[in-house]
Amino acid sequence: MKLHHWLATLPFLLALAGVLFANRVQPFVLGLPFFLAWIIGWVLLTSLVMWLVYRLDPANRP
Amino acid sequence: MNSALLIILLTLGFILYLGVRARRGIQMDFEQWSVGGRGFSGLLVFVLIAGELYTTFTLLGASGFAYGNGGPALYVIVYTCLAFVLSYWLLPAIWRFAKQHGVLTQPEFFAKAYGSPALGLIVAAVALVALVPYLVLQFKGLGIIVELTSYGSLSPVAAIWIGGIAMAVYVNLSGMHGSAATAVVKDALVLAVCVFLGLYLPIHHHGGLGDMFARIESAHPGFLALPATGKSEAWFISTVALSALGMYLWPHAFSATFTAKEERSFRRNAAVMPLYALVMLFSMLAGFAAVLEVPGLKGGQIDLALLTLSIRTFDPWVVGVIGAAGMLTALVPGSIMLISASTLLARDLYRPLRPGSGDMHLARVSRVGTLLLMLVAVALTIFGGSSIVSLLLTGFSIVTQLAPALWSVVARRPFANAHGVMAGILVGEAFVAATVFGGLTLAKLLPGAPSWVHDLNIGIVGLGLNVAAMLLVTALSRWRSPAGASALSPRADA
Repeated sequence: MKLHHWLATLPFLLALAGVLFANRVQPFVLGLPFFLAWIIGWVLLTSLVMWLVYRLDPANRP
Repeated sequence: MNSALLIILLTLGFILYLGVRARRGIQMDFEQWSVGGRGFSGLLVFVLIAGELYTTFTLLGASGFAYGNGGPALYVIVYTCLAFVLSYWLLPAIWRFAKQHGVLTQPEFFAKAYGSPALGLIVAAVALVALVPYLVLQFKGLGIIVELTSYGSLSPVAAIWIGGIAMAVYVNLSGMHGSAATAVVKDALVLAVCVFLGLYLPIHHHGGLGDMFARIESAHPGFLALPATGKSEAWFISTVALSALGMYLWPHAFSATFTAKEERSFRRNAAVMPLYALVMLFSMLAGFAAVLEVPGLKGGQIDLALLTLSIRTFDPWVVGVIGAAGMLTALVPGSIMLISASTLLARDLYRPLRPGSGDMHLARVSRVGTLLLMLVAVALTIFGGSSIVSLLLTGFSIVTQLAPALWSVVARRPFANAHGVMAGILVGEAFVAATVFGGLTLAKLLPGAPSWVHDLNIGIVGLGLNVAAMLLVTALSRWRSPAGASALSPRADA
């Protein structure tokens, strides 16, 4: 597995195992319940990861 | 006629015009009609593949789930994003094979990948059993949305007929080109409506998002996270994993990938699509805003939370715009389902009965098929009983049973042959049927297990049995006829 493959496993790990730590209402983050704030952060991170994967993957070189 | 109904009808007229106009300048052969001639740009593919997920569920279901269940509703966003991550590798592989072999439907994909027409028939049956109820769900949603947002001046039955006929007209004339043209408008409108409702409703009724969540937490402590039992962490993880694996196996999502012009579109879209999933969050915020404002909705009524609160809050013309957006979330994804269902009806069920039918003939058959399917779906919507609802609930489990067959095709080395895959699908679907019609649950299967085991999504067991049967039968058939096995193995004709 190359670096960009490893990177893509990150969203899976954080989503599936992360729930066990993030499943709480308190503390509120910017007024949002912790669980919700964590998932929004996770979505943004997933998007960033997939952008990196796109840049790193040699298949996308012109 | 009130202003809301006027806006809804004008929007319908506009969409019909756009959908019909989309055929201009196109020599409409079967491939053009069903997959847009495999010539769509990255943006159109994005709208078709990401936007197609924004069905009536986004507006009614996601907000209703948040209203009724709280924190667990977020599973929708998580599985969608994970499916988008998978799409980076999955969709280019599907697209490449489909283009090489001129594949137009999901059953055809599997039949060719495994060199087995019988497998094609099985997948076609599975696809129809999953798709038709999903289409019915769109019509049901359409009826509810139009009735409520037109303040009852249009009955659900009338709304379903008008919507169904409009859809059949532009699908018949323009096929996938019509769906693509209307999908762009739908996405823009739904996006705007969702974001507006998700921010305005909490601010208007609670003074802001933070105040709203603080009030919900003090009224219902823990509602905004996952509960200890029921829709618990075990439920969340297993349901997210299963749904992420199953999402692209919906036949219409699968064949929407065939419309792309180049495979790079999928990889580029994979980074943007997770952000798009956040739109559902706004719909959930609107659902949360309803928790304290319109309490007491139970059972199927929770899906009405967003509309009920909106009607109480806004002037009729705003309600009309919401209703128009809701109508499009039913019509546009519905049209894509209609195209893929009728294409597979013609190519995978009709063609085997009438071998030697030409493309022109099949194209005509599939257009007649759209009318037929539309009538069946409308009839089931209006007269259907509760059995359809139970099928709907398991639509995801039904299509997820096709996942192992797909993995073996896209894997570097195939690990299953046609016999194994057929056995796996049949065992998996039989298990799904036992849970739906036989009321089989994990609590009944394993009464002594800890409660987190009972919370697991039972589809995991079905998928496990599926994979076991697939590997076992593959091994047995290779052992019995090692020479024949190679001819049956995937990519034998690639």
